[in-house]
Amino acid sequence: MKLTIRALLGASVALALAGAAQAETTITVATVNNGDMIRMQSLMDDFYAKHPDIKVDWVALEENVLRQKVTTDIATKGGQFDVMTIGTYEAPIWGKQGWLVSLNDLPAEYDVDDLLPAIRGGLTVDGNLVAAPFYGESSMVMYRTDLMEKAGLTMPEAPTWDDIKKAAAAMTDKGAEVYGICLRGKAGWGENMAFLTAMSNSYGAKWFDMDWKPQFDGEAWKATLTDYLALMNDYGPPGASNNGFNENLALFQQGKCGMWIDATVAASFVTNPKESTVADKVGFALAPDTGKGKRGNWLWAWNLGIPAGSQKIDAAKTFVAWATSKEYLELVASKEGWANVPPGTRTSLYANPEYQKVPFAKMTLDSINAADPTKPTVDEVPYVGVQFVAIPEFQGIGTAVGQQFSAALAGSISAEEALAKAQEITTTEMTRSGYIK
Amino acid sequence: MARKTTQTRTAVVTVAAWTIGLLIFFPILWIIILGFKSEGDAIKTPLAVLTSDWTLASYHEVQERSNYFLHFMNSVILSLGSTLLALVIAIPAAWSMAFVPGKRTKDLLMWMLSTKMMPAVGVLVPMYLMFRDFGLLDTRIGLVVVLTLINLPIVIWMLYTYFKEIPGEILEAARMDGANLRAEILHVLTPMAVPGIASTVLLNVILAWNEAFWTLQLTTSSAAPLTQFIASYSSPEGLFYAKLSAASTMAIAPILILGWFSQKQLVRGLTFGAVK
Repeated sequence: MKLTIRALLGASVALALAGAAQAETTITVATVNNGDMIRMQSLMDDFYAKHPDIKVDWVALEENVLRQKVTTDIATKGGQFDVMTIGTYEAPIWGKQGWLVSLNDLPAEYDVDDLLPAIRGGLTVDGNLVAAPFYGESSMVMYRTDLMEKAGLTMPEAPTWDDIKKAAAAMTDKGAEVYGICLRGKAGWGENMAFLTAMSNSYGAKWFDMDWKPQFDGEAWKATLTDYLALMNDYGPPGASNNGFNENLALFQQGKCGMWIDATVAASFVTNPKESTVADKVGFALAPDTGKGKRGNWLWAWNLGIPAGSQKIDAAKTFVAWATSKEYLELVASKEGWANVPPGTRTSLYANPEYQKVPFAKMTLDSINAADPTKPTVDEVPYVGVQFVAIPEFQGIGTAVGQQFSAALAGSISAEEALAKAQEITTTEMTRSGYIK
Repeated sequence: MARKTTQTRTAVVTVAAWTIGLLIFFPILWIIILGFKSEGDAIKTPLAVLTSDWTLASYHEVQERSNYFLHFMNSVILSLGSTLLALVIAIPAAWSMAFVPGKRTKDLLMWMLSTKMMPAVGVLVPMYLMFRDFGLLDTRIGLVVVLTLINLPIVIWMLYTYFKEIPGEILEAARMDGANLRAEILHVLTPMAVPGIASTVLLNVILAWNEAFWTLQLTTSSAAPLTQFIASYSSPEGLFYAKLSAASTMAIAPILILGWFSQKQLVRGLTFGAVK
């Protein structure tokens, strides 16, 4: 009898505990570990104050590790994550697969129409918003104002590739280890191919024609690669075929680059006096063009999406709406200043007079607006994506082609050989995948 | 004359040993140094790195951003748990292979080793699906099982070679004295093989501590060990050498200290033999 009473008591305590646990929902958020995301983790008190019933577990990982992990989880419906940070490359592909929960029913005060059209367009699949943008970025020219002045040149706000070449020649002083231009050379679809694909758009080149036939045998790609190699061989730093974002960042911060064309997010690094020796000597300009109507800048955004396998969709939506809201931008501004607000997602941010005072704010917005993921290059193309092609095969093809172009930069093969091999690799893979009938 | 040669030889061997030792240790030393530098200084030329200011800023930031203790405890539980489980399976297995070998024992040993030759990523999806269906994703028990299975071939192989060195006559004598199988393994074989078992345990703990594929793929937050702690500090956009170095130093320090204090045991184990 005693035993039965004890058992009953125990069971009721257990039930009460279970009830308490149910009242609080824990969601797991997978994220890249860049500065804006790390900052959000330190501002979570605001979210907990507004939503005491939701607890957030963070998994912050390096981009490539994260991509592999979330892809495995979403493809197998593993359900380990309730919110995933995904790029503009994954969003349309996963959205099409039905792997992401539609965010069309976010509350009215979220003001979805305030999202920048270029960014929102890349995240909409069949009329459904499949992920909410957390921050957006483009690419632009960063240059040394002191070196330009010394060379007696001024950088136009919207330069052409000829302007860039002239400036690179004038600023290069190899004896003093100053190189006119630093560009990505490391092989990878998100490394040198991000830069070269964006550059090729401004030359009127494209990955595929409307029949998905690769276009590396055309004149436009030849001109792109030849000019890139000439620039880098004549005015670039040694060993450039190993340089990615961070290598070029280090070179620029040490005063070894006259110009660097890369992500807009770099602006806050190179102007930070704690890290950069040239912090007060940096100017910004739009990515170059050739007068064909497209600029050589890319468009990228990190977005929050909810995998269809999540068991806590409502709590996840609450979190996504908070993290990508106007109020969150104001929260960051009040704690860390307007310069640290995640850029590139909302029209209202750029209308804010306080934000307009931030240097490079206007350049970032103009760069983002100059890129259109649905019309990336001069001619019509069958794909979405500015510096990538949003098809699942692109990671593999892009990296294989990037290896050829990186080898051409290292001098082990010629530009013609690299283009011929790129055409061959891409044709084989696209035929195998059924795009080319 | 002979003595002079020996002295020269000793000197050469000593210098060579120190050089090789320093070369191997240098990357770790450099990581430790970079952990105490600012991000801006960490990317300078080596000489400028050494002369720049020392700072604890990276350690502070790592402390603020991550729950080191949780990851550390997970690493301890995973490496010790998988090692103990592996020993429980491997000691009887190695005993049977060493003292009552069958016709196919050698083939069996080779087959076990061959499982190490397959790239792990090849079975990622099936493993992930099994973990999902058994509810083992992000659990310590799931990872203990995986790490045990990964290291089991090596543990059995090492124990097998140690056991082979023990004369079968000693075990026979124990049996003559009336010891049953359990007593034979527990009270006769195991005590004699302690140095060998100790070095196997140490090696296995180190391997499990460093395993960075499955521990990254199969965990999210609650079971994530130090490998994930490190992986959260490298970044494709932005400088990270100093923070990554600080995090790496914190992650390898425990195992480095363990290795330092047990190096005699490790060396003795690796050169072990019952009748030497």
